[in-house]
Amino acid sequence: MIVELTVNGEQVTARVTHPGSLLDLLRDDLGLLGSKNACEQGECGSCSVVLDGELVCSCLVMAADAANSSVTTVEGVSPEDGLHPVQEAMHRAGAVQCGFCTPGIVVAAVDLFARNPHPSGTEIKEALAGNICRCTGYGAIIRALEAVEIGAET
Amino acid sequence: MHPKSIDEALAGLGEGAIPLAGGTDLMVEVNFGHIRPEHVIGLRRLAELKEWDGQRIGAGVTWRRIETHGPKGLAEAARTVGSPQIRNAGTIGGNLGTASPAGDGHPFLAAVDASIELTSTASQRTVRWSEFFTGVKETARRPDELITAVHLPAHLPERQCFGKIGIRNAMVIATVCAVVTRADDGKTTVALGSVAPTPIRVTGAETMISSITTPTAGDLVEFQRLVSEEVRPITDHRSTEEYRRHGAGVLARRLLERCLT
Repeated sequence: MIVELTVNGEQVTARVTHPGSLLDLLRDDLGLLGSKNACEQGECGSCSVVLDGELVCSCLVMAADAANSSVTTVEGVSPEDGLHPVQEAMHRAGAVQCGFCTPGIVVAAVDLFARNPHPSGTEIKEALAGNICRCTGYGAIIRALEAVEIGAET
Repeated sequence: MHPKSIDEALAGLGEGAIPLAGGTDLMVEVNFGHIRPEHVIGLRRLAELKEWDGQRIGAGVTWRRIETHGPKGLAEAARTVGSPQIRNAGTIGGNLGTASPAGDGHPFLAAVDASIELTSTASQRTVRWSEFFTGVKETARRPDELITAVHLPAHLPERQCFGKIGIRNAMVIATVCAVVTRADDGKTTVALGSVAPTPIRVTGAETMISSITTPTAGDLVEFQRLVSEEVRPITDHRSTEEYRRHGAGVLARRLLERCLT
């Protein structure tokens, strides 16, 4: 089936086998491979995207149900000339091990800072409760996010 | 299809389409190849279902909204539903439609005697929670009906506490979940999930503790024993009957203690 939607600010027309997921659409048809496919049941958060302003697991969104919606993937979080402060902080802190969970964590963290520019450590942990890091590299990730300075770069 | 109104959604339902709310249960079934629904009614953007008017909570209200705006006992339950991603998508109506014995939202609805509004093209009816849940993932909803809202009673108990036992703190399906409410006059309700095919009230324990104004330590022990005795858990991949029975009593007693302080 054909689905029209906005992805990272661009109007796109994508093809997907119904009843496939938004994640299938993003990866298989649009070639946006940042959103990862792992658990397919909303447990791991590696497919996190922002759909119509809400952080969701794209594996749990039926592609047909995303028609005429607006989606932001990890490919769409950074400004044209650099990195988002969340990406910058994670890069600086080396908060990446195998990297598989990183895009989902970046999207979830960007969503957190958009809502709450100065989260506490507990708020950061709660916001990332739906993102699993198989390398268990949470310490570095939390430390990186605690160091994020929103607005400092702009 | 993306209906613009409940009427449009009901027309689609009449033709055999499957209602899709937040997708957090249905899409797991699709992804695992268990079901392959051809015709689906997307309810996510249906504004009518998102209406929340006092004691009437629209079926399309997400757990995220309930977490921040719901009555205390329901908000506490909402906070333990899945993860932020799941709470942004999952709805109270979808939770009822799935009717998992472990549904986090159900004990509160049972504890306050909530009703579920079911709408079809021909009629609308409101069913008490105890008639709505009929078995494991089975409800009184007919195929031509849509869950359109939850009705809470006009007066809620002064104190309400939710608790959940699971193998980890975040992102966990309940081994036991419970809500205890206590009104100023001592009337206590105790509802539990994950310990029977449907959410249940433990009326023996309720009656015993409701009559005591200031429970003693001994009363609390007896209350815990009655709760453990009344639940009907099974052993499955998540826990054993014995552990659930013990956990149900301990959890209910702790929630009661929280209500009393």
